[in-house]
Amino acid sequence: MKQQMVSGRTSRTMMLVVVALLSLVFSACAAKSSAPAADEKFVFGLVLVGPINDGGWSQAHYDAAKYVESKIPGSQMVYVDKVNPADRPNVKVEQVVDELIAKGAKLIVTTSDDFKDGTRESAKAHPDVTFVHASGDDVLTGKAPANLGNMMGRMEYGKMIAGCAAALQSANGNISFIGPLVNDETRRLADSAFLGAKYCWNKRGGDPAALKFNVTWIGFWFNIPGVTLDPTKVVNDFFTAGSDVVISGIDTPEAIVEAGKAQAAGKAVFAIPYDFKDACAKGEAACLGVPYFNWVPAYTKLINDVKAKTWKSEFTMFGPDWADINAVEKSGIGFVKGKALTAENATKLDAFIAELAGGLNLWTGPINLQDGTAYLKAGEVATDKQVWYMPQLLEGMQGQSVSK
Amino acid sequence: MKTQFVALRTPIIAMIVALTITAVLLLLAGADVFAAFGVLLTGALTTPSRIADMLMLLAPLLLCAVGLTMSFAAGQYNLGIEGQMTVGGVAAMWFLRGYQDGAPVLVYWIGAVLCGMLMGALWALLVALLKRYMRVSEIFAGLGFNFVALGLALYLVFGPWKRPGVASMSGTEPLADALWLPTVTGTRLTLVTPLLAIVMLAIVWRLIRHTHWGLQVRACGLSALASVRMGVPATRRTLEAMALCGACAGMAGALQVIGVYHALVPNVASGIGLMGLLVALLVRADIRWVAAVALFFAVITSGSIQLPLTLSIDSSISGVLQGLIVLAVIVARARRGEEVA
Repeated sequence: MKQQMVSGRTSRTMMLVVVALLSLVFSACAAKSSAPAADEKFVFGLVLVGPINDGGWSQAHYDAAKYVESKIPGSQMVYVDKVNPADRPNVKVEQVVDELIAKGAKLIVTTSDDFKDGTRESAKAHPDVTFVHASGDDVLTGKAPANLGNMMGRMEYGKMIAGCAAALQSANGNISFIGPLVNDETRRLADSAFLGAKYCWNKRGGDPAALKFNVTWIGFWFNIPGVTLDPTKVVNDFFTAGSDVVISGIDTPEAIVEAGKAQAAGKAVFAIPYDFKDACAKGEAACLGVPYFNWVPAYTKLINDVKAKTWKSEFTMFGPDWADINAVEKSGIGFVKGKALTAENATKLDAFIAELAGGLNLWTGPINLQDGTAYLKAGEVATDKQVWYMPQLLEGMQGQSVSK
Repeated sequence: MKTQFVALRTPIIAMIVALTITAVLLLLAGADVFAAFGVLLTGALTTPSRIADMLMLLAPLLLCAVGLTMSFAAGQYNLGIEGQMTVGGVAAMWFLRGYQDGAPVLVYWIGAVLCGMLMGALWALLVALLKRYMRVSEIFAGLGFNFVALGLALYLVFGPWKRPGVASMSGTEPLADALWLPTVTGTRLTLVTPLLAIVMLAIVWRLIRHTHWGLQVRACGLSALASVRMGVPATRRTLEAMALCGACAGMAGALQVIGVYHALVPNVASGIGLMGLLVALLVRADIRWVAAVALFFAVITSGSIQLPLTLSIDSSISGVLQGLIVLAVIVARARRGEEVA
């Protein structure tokens, strides 16, 4: 009753407060809208699928872009991370790109296989802006407009080194691979890891029949509860099933984290994470090493080309700089050896890297696909396209080649 | 005048409480509070393209909120709305898969929307029937069916409807260009989507407030037992209200397929149904406020995309604000001894 009596005055006071609050808000944003334009600025935008600190794929892009931003005067990075259906359910790539362009971006790099359609649509809508889709193939398929290019690292080499390290250190030759979703790229990388493992296993004198290479796909690049398989569980299942090395092909570090825990519990198991230079830090004691992308050379060239107007739409692949695969400004693909790799195996791994540098090509026939059909005849060397468009897993690998 | 202020007092106090808590959170995160609210409230309205994106979020949100207002009026807490939206998208995709070059697209658009509505209605009816005849709470049945619907969409995207050689949750092969709903030049706005949402709003408005049928539905919502005694066919009205809600959600799902994603993605519902639930909770089955509240939610959700870009603040703060508003309103209602929803 009492409340009712005073309510008229109180509500009016409250209305006043609300109006005051709102006007404050509006004046605050009005003041913000006039930012001075700096001269000679070059803004480039990144669309990232994961968070910038994922310890994997997205962080590799972000860190490289930050590095390049600090090296090229006047360049400025803008980005939106976590562009995926779990983190930003109602946000489309096209919308994010619009926002980055509104921030002044003249170059947009989209960095997930998942962004293929969205990047193409954005590129068509913004013909004055340069687009590069990392990991895409629109240039190869002829779907790319003139302002859209593709780039990707030859991670095949990184994965071969990873496979070799796994085969060198595995006690029983039972190696597992945790993969994201099934497509050309992921098959290509799983196959490369297998080829590296097979080569080093045989070289080590292991029984060829004893080498097991089991692939499990979780369904996306990282865990989405209720949608993908849980990578933590997948990795532990590998160990339970007798694997002592797990190679990761996903964007996040579950494999190395779980291997680290198992090591701490006294199990002699190891993991090889993926994508990001410092990924071993999440489980040093179990880490055999990490193949990683170093986007610094690619971003540097890209930004310089766009600024100089010499950029044109093409399909670019970059690889390791064999003089030093870990050279920050030169090598696009690197491999950092982990603390768990024994000194003896580290020497053998260096020898393998030297062989690759010397021209060893594991994509040389005879290579059969998983279903037994011949992919490369004896002595036949795979073309870039044959490697890129890998139709199946290879003979000798266990796991699903295409979707169910 | 005075009574209106009394009615408005609860939401205003709740709003201030929610804004204050959000402001404190922003302060704790070291953010510029006024700038953040400024971006949230106006970020979606600064360019035609942003307004268009906001409207494309508003349309399915409004459809869900309108449907839920219907089901709430009948006393049914339809938490299965996301699932109904998902199966709507699935049914639309099923129909569109029959398209061949040169076929009349209008037929396919209408067919897809009708299929979506039908499937959404059936999905909602399942929940309502379980409640009526098996005494399963519609809240839990609805949530359960959400997972089943997501499972169905995932199975189709990874299985029979997969892209050739690919198994990824990123969705089916995009629809043929001709099947994409036409957009207003330079934006992603498909005019027909918000128009359909407004039409559904008008229909449900009229049904609830101006028809005998609507009166009976509301009577069921107030007390099923009493309404039966008064001669209202309560079972029938409840089922009809739920089916209509499902149809709205299914339509939203179908429109997301032909107007937004241009493919079936597993997450076609993408939390819009849940946001619709927040709207429905706030308006308490009062259809007059649905559009305004949905608009407010669409504006801050859409505007929040700019938070990480302009202020390096995580965009999830918009969800926090929405949740807090609803929570504060419900607490305020509970304190006054009113019915909560």
